Amino acid sequence: MPVSTDVNGAKVWQLHNRNQTITRWAGYLAAVAIFMWCWQRISEATTWFFVWDAPRIAADIGSRAWPPRWSYMDNLWGPLWDTLNMATLGTILALFMAVPVAFLAARNTTPSAVFIRPIALFIIVATRSINSLIWALLLVAVIGPGVFAGLLAIAFRSIGFCAKLLYEAIEEIDEKQVEAITATGASRWQVMAYGIVPQVMPAFAGISVFRWDINIRESTVLGLVGAGGIGLQLQSSLNTLAWPQVTLILIVILAAVIVGEWVSAKVRGAIM
Amino acid sequence: MTTATLDDRLGQSWQKPHLITNPLLRWGLFIGALVYVVLAVSSIDVNWSRVAEGLSRGWAFVTAFFNPDFVSRGGDIWDGIIESIIITITSTVVGIAISIPIGLGAARNIAPLPIYLVCRGIVALSRALNEIIVAILLVAIFGFGPLAGFLTLSFATIGFMSKLLAEDIEEMSKVQAEAIRATGSSWLQWINYGVQPQVMPRLIGLSMYRLDINFRESAVLGLVGAGGIGATLNTAFDRYEFDTAAAILLIIIVTVMALEYLSGIIRAKVQ
Repeated sequence: MPVSTDVNGAKVWQLHNRNQTITRWAGYLAAVAIFMWCWQRISEATTWFFVWDAPRIAADIGSRAWPPRWSYMDNLWGPLWDTLNMATLGTILALFMAVPVAFLAARNTTPSAVFIRPIALFIIVATRSINSLIWALLLVAVIGPGVFAGLLAIAFRSIGFCAKLLYEAIEEIDEKQVEAITATGASRWQVMAYGIVPQVMPAFAGISVFRWDINIRESTVLGLVGAGGIGLQLQSSLNTLAWPQVTLILIVILAAVIVGEWVSAKVRGAIM
Repeated sequence: MTTATLDDRLGQSWQKPHLITNPLLRWGLFIGALVYVVLAVSSIDVNWSRVAEGLSRGWAFVTAFFNPDFVSRGGDIWDGIIESIIITITSTVVGIAISIPIGLGAARNIAPLPIYLVCRGIVALSRALNEIIVAILLVAIFGFGPLAGFLTLSFATIGFMSKLLAEDIEEMSKVQAEAIRATGSSWLQWINYGVQPQVMPRLIGLSMYRLDINFRESAVLGLVGAGGIGATLNTAFDRYEFDTAAAILLIIIVTVMALEYLSGIIRAKVQ
């Protein structure tokens, strides 16, 4: 099919035949049309005056924002501690909820593949598709502003991520070890404790640290919707146009994120 | 034979090995973690009366999921969703288009050292900055609207795609690339016929995955004024219109599930 003969009798090599080529080009055309339409919609919704003015404004903000107000650091230790707590306690809480969900979702440990597994999978998708900021928004509306709402937001958001990676790890275990434990006459719980848990333990530790790292990043901005932590300071500094404070807060957030990533990489390197 | 004599004959009974062999380190870590958790928990003051007060509101929200209101703010929801989708599509396309050259530059096996360092720097910067923070800064510079959201997500896409693309290029088979080079191809031809076919399936898979991520993120950018459904959602929560909020969340969940399903099909096809 890819090789055809042209009018002169010479052989011509082509990757696709005629119909495939036409379908491909139609696909490209549709994709470009969709993209252009979207592009046009964005351009309509934009106030171009602000865009042309952007370099001046950026330079203006830059000149106001430098140097950072280091003395403001005294006000940041508390929020930083809160941020760390939201990330850590949120991750711990999430793991407590994610473990049962993962065991219910894994094909080889679920009590019922027809009824319970889809429910567990739905919990995983639903918690994963809602961003932690939206969880925070919701929880602030329900239980009021503060660190507690942020902690719960981090926890709820992380369930899906942890449970998904964990149930994939459970499905990949070596069944022979499980059979060996079952053959000794172990109960269902003993099989789980001695046959499955030791096999997924490294994956579990890796997932927890990985998620903790992500949660540090996410908890730094939860304050924007009132859920405590350093984001709250960022919000109030932005509202009062205190740009030197904003610079300092951004530096602190960046440092926290880098330290978190470093710790997480070290720990994962040690256990994996 | 009793168990005691069996143990005597076999010597010490079996014990599960510890995860951390050094007992000092093990107990140190354990106690340190315990102290931290106690300190952390005690530093969080929970206003239980406020929580109790909120529980009925939380319950109202849960029940709203069974009775979502798509209609009364239907126009706003529709506009927001369309805007989110527009931001998602444009930022994914533009982000990927920019991240391909940067990804090529960030692959150590095909890029010279200075270009490699510059590209890795861009990747690191884009990955370290949280999307929301970038959005805040861009809204301050470019004004409210979807343009700021589009720029934010394009920027975030570059870090993600370039890094993974570069890692894939670094792992490619050298033999095929060398074969193309041996035919006397130019640099562009070499990339086009030697490198690109090897990384294309993964590039498509990653693009689909990033489309999915960008949609989720575009749903929150509206909270800081960068366009999309987030603004509508924020208003709904502020007014305690839980039925509208539930409708929006359901739309987000369904769209994400549909995207995930679709990307699963496409990835299965190309790989």
